[in-house]
Amino acid sequence: MNLENRSAARFKQQAASALKDNNLKTALAKAKDGFVLKRLHAVEDLDEFEAIRAEARKIKDHALSHLDFYLEEFERKVKENGGHVHWAQTPEQACALVMDIVGTEAKQVLKGKSMVSEEMGLNAALEAKGHTVVETDLGEYIIQLAHEPPSHIIAPAVHKTRDQISDLFHGEHPKYGLNERLTEVPDLVNEARQVLREKFLNSDVGITGANFLIAETGSTVIVTNEGNGDLSQILPKVHIVTASIEKVVPTLNDTATLLRLLGRSATGQEMSSYTTFSTGPKRANDHDGPEEFHVVLLDNGRSKVLGSEFQDILRCIKCGACLNHCPVYGAIGGHAYGWVYSGPMGSVLTPLIIGLENSYDLPNACSLNGRCAKVCPMSIPLPDLLRQHRFKAFQRGLTDSRTKLGLKAWAYLVTRPKLYSGLTSLAAKALALLGGSRGVLRKAPLASGWTSVRDLPVPQGQTFQQQWKKASE
Amino acid sequence: MPDRTKNNNRVGLLVTCLVDLFRPNVGFAAVKLIEQAGFEVDVPSAQTCCGQPAYNSGDAKSAAAVARHVIRTFENYDYVVAPSGSCIGMIKEHYPRLFESDFDLKTKAEDLAQRTYELTTFLVQVCKLKVNTTFNATVTYHDSCAGLRELGVKNQPRMLLSQVEGLKLNEMEDSEVCCGFGGTFCVKYPDISERMVSEKTNNIKKAKADFILGGDLGCLLNIAGRIKRESGETQVFHVAEVLAGMVTIPAIGEKSE
Amino acid sequence: MSETRRQIIDNIRASLGRGPLPDGVVTQLRARISEPEQGIRPRFDQDLAERFGEKLQSVAGTLTRVATLNDVPSAIQQYLDQHQLSKNIVMSTHAVLDGIEWPEDWEIEQRPARGEDTISVTGAYAGVAETGTVAILSGTESPSTLNFLPDDHIVVIRMDQIVSHFEDLWWLLQKQDLDMPRTVNLITGPSRTADVEQTIQLGAHGPRRFHVVLVEQRE
Repeated sequence: MNLENRSAARFKQQAASALKDNNLKTALAKAKDGFVLKRLHAVEDLDEFEAIRAEARKIKDHALSHLDFYLEEFERKVKENGGHVHWAQTPEQACALVMDIVGTEAKQVLKGKSMVSEEMGLNAALEAKGHTVVETDLGEYIIQLAHEPPSHIIAPAVHKTRDQISDLFHGEHPKYGLNERLTEVPDLVNEARQVLREKFLNSDVGITGANFLIAETGSTVIVTNEGNGDLSQILPKVHIVTASIEKVVPTLNDTATLLRLLGRSATGQEMSSYTTFSTGPKRANDHDGPEEFHVVLLDNGRSKVLGSEFQDILRCIKCGACLNHCPVYGAIGGHAYGWVYSGPMGSVLTPLIIGLENSYDLPNACSLNGRCAKVCPMSIPLPDLLRQHRFKAFQRGLTDSRTKLGLKAWAYLVTRPKLYSGLTSLAAKALALLGGSRGVLRKAPLASGWTSVRDLPVPQGQTFQQQWKKASE
Repeated sequence: MPDRTKNNNRVGLLVTCLVDLFRPNVGFAAVKLIEQAGFEVDVPSAQTCCGQPAYNSGDAKSAAAVARHVIRTFENYDYVVAPSGSCIGMIKEHYPRLFESDFDLKTKAEDLAQRTYELTTFLVQVCKLKVNTTFNATVTYHDSCAGLRELGVKNQPRMLLSQVEGLKLNEMEDSEVCCGFGGTFCVKYPDISERMVSEKTNNIKKAKADFILGGDLGCLLNIAGRIKRESGETQVFHVAEVLAGMVTIPAIGEKSE
Repeated sequence: MSETRRQIIDNIRASLGRGPLPDGVVTQLRARISEPEQGIRPRFDQDLAERFGEKLQSVAGTLTRVATLNDVPSAIQQYLDQHQLSKNIVMSTHAVLDGIEWPEDWEIEQRPARGEDTISVTGAYAGVAETGTVAILSGTESPSTLNFLPDDHIVVIRMDQIVSHFEDLWWLLQKQDLDMPRTVNLITGPSRTADVEQTIQLGAHGPRRFHVVLVEQRE
């Protein structure tokens, strides 16, 4: 897939090329069962899961309906603790704010995983100003070496096979004196540890994302397993947090409830290895920690999603369960979606941020099988929201004219039973004649979408209604 | 809910557009099963389709027009039953939402939703049917998405199949994962659908069953079409055909002699 | 305040179909913060220490139970021997470690960690039985680098420091009138990654091993 020009508008081409990628197929097949089974066991082991899920929904709905208050309260507490809060409506504004904080002196910038920074295109912006950016999450580091965007919100390199990772490391690491091409998982992890350890110790700024912002304390929270997010924020002098505005929750207790769902839904862990609450810069007597603490809050269209029929998507805590259970994601991976977020949550969110006209296929390329909604810890009705996008697309005239024409003809027919039964009788007969005794058609008129990948079973010859009528007479 | 008929046993069969056109045998099997349980079955001739093609393509207005037609057509039955989870899901879950701003129609839609059943659920819950047939074969079962997730159809078909003499059920891996049909999805995104249905046929193969059964003809046409394209051997039938002892015609997509 | 900030807040209010919240509502919201709602807690019947140990071990952490603080050095010694580790230890000045007599042949330095340090010994603010988690608050006596840079992180914690659920941890902080420190680390096992083919590998960037010495002696 050509990742340079990828866009949500080119979904179909990107999906087609993803489907031809055998490495991707291997990698996705390996990932799928692990995520699904681990989540299942973790959820089954928690008797209170459904009750907590209901509670979590209430918490987020409450926070969203008072978002102005909680954001202001969060800001007040950050400032009280000596930190700074910066507000951005657009990714460009957010980038500019980060640039200002980073300044011109800083050479090397560490990044913990942050999907919001992907929305901002932050790495490119920093690099354009001459800063060296080092992604420190192992998955992010791998794809940075490959010059690719993440393909999954919690497992950014899920599309890479071990073999590909070996090649990437072997291409990059000889400059650190690591000349051997290693292939075993422990060795690869160690090699990255060694390279990145040196970066952790010699950087000027650390940028992380946030899983939650807490109004009660002005804390930002990250949930990680590797510890990279921690080293990225306690070693450099400056810690910048990039977060979208809907991440704020009222209290520490509320966070406890959400955390009980997050790890279990994401990786099947009751708690990830590290859950870290960062509140302001280091205190007067602290021996380590950042001297400056900044939070850059990005709206990027979310304030307009509030109060709309799509508000439920703002409850999302980015656990990735919907991706892991989506058969479409499982077939094409994340890159094909063409923008930062992929899978069901991405197909709902992306059109809201970059416009439905630029992402028409995303909410349409879904079989509405509903598996995502069943596993969503925040009870987001994802298929309903995808369908909402389809309603909008139809109203706005974005639906292609062939589909529209087809629907019009269909609607005319199905509300006229006599005409309908006449035509279906004809179709049943015609298709049965075409099929003869073969049982299926390899090709059929007006059905190339069907017959391009599967045969068309032929009708029995007469419709049910014809036969029923005959039998009743 | 007032009884609509004296004996409160009149069932309106929603044949579904796919069964009507492609597989009438499923409709007759449904009739036979419901009648076995002592209910009276009628098939209103004015019925056409439940409206999903429009609803899921974003055309809410056409979907509502069709829904109104269905509501009218099935006004006078004690029960409405269809051999499909997705059509029944449409009626039970989605019709009421189509009329949020029309109290009268919403009430009617909710009333219809209340007396509407997916076939296997109806046979188990309302009819308490005792299955009386023999089928000497190993089968596997595909759980269609709408039935499974909108209506909770999971144990009903298995309970009924367990009463079929001679039948052995080999569960396949990922029986709950979508087969890639998804209504218009499968023709709009054929290459993605192909990957999904190939995974399904692969799991079917691994289940080492002679037959693959399911409760939704859309999925079954998709699966059968793909099995045939792959020159596979597994025979495809709707669960109703087996339960009614009507495995008397060639399987879906199978050659006739 | 910045124009952008004002616009975002205005947009939020417009989308929610209202202006600024009335004072009455603001008071209620502040009360919801000062007297936080209690979450639904996962129930368990086990004794706190038992649950804590079981959960910690289920995430590849290790645990030694000792009777008194005096037993801590030998427990750690055993751990060092078991993993054939050096006796160069970097240590926090946490109160729990005060007054413990360390073996004379250990090279102990009390300072924040550096990149080359291999073993750290720290105290903790609390343990959380729910998930086998250790809570460490940053501060003069507890530099955060000790929790992340060394290969082996050893935590000494008293049994009476173990609380049941996360809510209890926050309640304890509030009761003791502690402001949020710069960093609260909730640590549940060693560092790990699954970014290479979803295979779990310990020791990604942080400690490769995480060991807890649980002291039965009360304060």
